[in-house]
Amino acid sequence: MNVIEVVELSKKFKRLVAVDKVSFKVKEGEIFGFLGPNGAGKTTTINILCTLLKPTSGQAFVNGFDVVRQQNRVRRQIGLVFQDPSLDEKLSGIQNLNFHAMIYNVPVSVRKQRIEQMLRMVELWDRRNSFVETYSGGMKRRLELARGLLHRPKVLFLDEPTLGLDPQTRNRIWEYIIEMCRQEGTTIFLTTHYMDEAEKAGRIAIIDNGKIVAIDTPRKLKRIIGQDIISVKTENNAKATEEIRLRFQIEARDDGGGLTFNVDNGEEFLPEFIKGLGTKILSVNLRRPSLDDVFLKLTGREIRDEESKDYKSIAHHSGMRRH
Amino acid sequence: MNHLRGIYTIWYRDILRFWHDKMRMVGSIVVPLIFLFIFGSGLSSSMGFGNSGIDYTQFIFPGIIGMTVLMNSFMSGVSVVWDREFGFLKEVLVAPVSRTSVAIGKTLGSTTIAMLQGFLIILFAPIIGVSFSVSTLLAIIPLMLLLAISMSSMGILLATRIKSMQAFQVIIQMLMFPMIFLSGVFFPVEGLPVWMNVLVKINPATYAIAPIRQVMLGTTADSSLGVTVLGHTMSLWDNVAVVVVFGIVMTVLSMWSFNHQD
Ligand SMILES: Nc1ncnc2c1ncn2[C@@H]1O[C@H](COP(=O)(O)OP(=O)(O)OP(=O)(O)O)[C@@H](O)[C@H]1O
Ligand SMILES: [Mg+2]
Repeated sequence: MNVIEVVELSKKFKRLVAVDKVSFKVKEGEIFGFLGPNGAGKTTTINILCTLLKPTSGQAFVNGFDVVRQQNRVRRQIGLVFQDPSLDEKLSGIQNLNFHAMIYNVPVSVRKQRIEQMLRMVELWDRRNSFVETYSGGMKRRLELARGLLHRPKVLFLDEPTLGLDPQTRNRIWEYIIEMCRQEGTTIFLTTHYMDEAEKAGRIAIIDNGKIVAIDTPRKLKRIIGQDIISVKTENNAKATEEIRLRFQIEARDDGGGLTFNVDNGEEFLPEFIKGLGTKILSVNLRRPSLDDVFLKLTGREIRDEESKDYKSIAHHSGMRRH
Repeated sequence: MNHLRGIYTIWYRDILRFWHDKMRMVGSIVVPLIFLFIFGSGLSSSMGFGNSGIDYTQFIFPGIIGMTVLMNSFMSGVSVVWDREFGFLKEVLVAPVSRTSVAIGKTLGSTTIAMLQGFLIILFAPIIGVSFSVSTLLAIIPLMLLLAISMSSMGILLATRIKSMQAFQVIIQMLMFPMIFLSGVFFPVEGLPVWMNVLVKINPATYAIAPIRQVMLGTTADSSLGVTVLGHTMSLWDNVAVVVVFGIVMTVLSMWSFNHQD
């Protein structure tokens, strides 16, 4: 079942098109990632889905409910961690969570115990009675995460949830989130700038200028976008370049000290390459393209003309909807 | 049930914040008290009210109570603007409670705070020589409540419509202070220059202050301290009716506005 369904969704701010005919579906229990540069329209999309903004055109459904016509129903399904601060700084940490528990009707019988569990998870239990205005930036972020997870919503929107947190904290929080997803079947809609975090998503939509340019699993995105990257150091790089060109019809680039080139299937290519090369190899390295590479290639401003062609075919190939 | 829970939660948060903010608790009654004692002492000798036996301090006391309630309920309602500024409003707006419940909760929270401040002022009654019975006090409470609910709603209405902080400061100065100064808090509203008379009579606060004074000082509607509109002497119930209508309009508008903001 599709927990989130978005059809031709657009949002205009005066003349600026923040979200441009976006369509996608998210299945129950899925972690769905939104990846895109600043101003791509990620937060605007979330704001529409959580009923804070009305779309200019198009439709969106959360758990089957229309985000414009059935707002109260939609709000009962969701939880949010906003990108921007949203705490009551004049209340203490525990009072913020208590307010949340009350307004989301977390059963009184589990309220106390669950608040404690969340506060311990984000390591704020010792500071629970301090006013939020005395918290550091990271502590505030952790409290917002604890709050978003507190009522165990059916659909959880995380807008750059772990921005500014240290790696250990991020890992711990992600462990909790993934465990919660597994146990409760929570669906997660995630935006992030951390590539390792994006890797946790089952599927990723890459959004640029309000348009989705690709949707697929991280693995497929990487496979489709780029070939494997091989770097070699040889005794005579000039000679090796010549040899690679003749034998494999590949143009290697001199990256200062070594050579770099792309091949389709690095694992099979490498043994043959090492065996066949006349020039003595000093070192060799095979690297898979990361989501970083994908991201840069699809949204980076350095996308050159000759690349924009295969960038379109990729977008098409990976299931972009363009009606 | 869902509605009650939402209303209660929003109300509860306002009370918690108020409780934490001891400075605000003191601060918001300091201004009215300064007016009461400085104006009261300074003008008592030069201003008398015939042979009614009421001196100026006693005259402004009910007005100061009204002023305290008016200011605090309005400022509290308006604090929705700060919730928006600090982002907390988003937490409330995506929560599974109706916007109407949120608006009601906010109105009740602001009203409660304003009433508490009003009671703090009433505690000064013995010091300035105003005495009244318990039944008088019980009669004043609904009048204060009416004013508090109306002004909280007006604050919320403004907060949901005006998004720029600069415009906001201006509106508060240009609305709240004239409402207070042109409402008969500091002087009787009869025998004023024409322009002022018009402003006073279209000011809803005038009709909220007058009955508090009538009840507290035991004056009659047709005394020099009453209000006449277009030749009609406003009775206690006439005044109350005006404030009730104003309050209903503000409450309905504030709820509508809260439901239609983005
Ligand atoms: N309330 C608004 N009024 C006018 N323009 C807006 C508003 N909100 C967003 N925008 C514009 O819409 C575009 C998309 O913004 P959005 O916040 O959705 O980007 P984002 O993908 O979340 O970016 P980031 O990674 O920086 O969070 C931007 O150009 C932004 O300036
Ligand atoms: Mg954003």
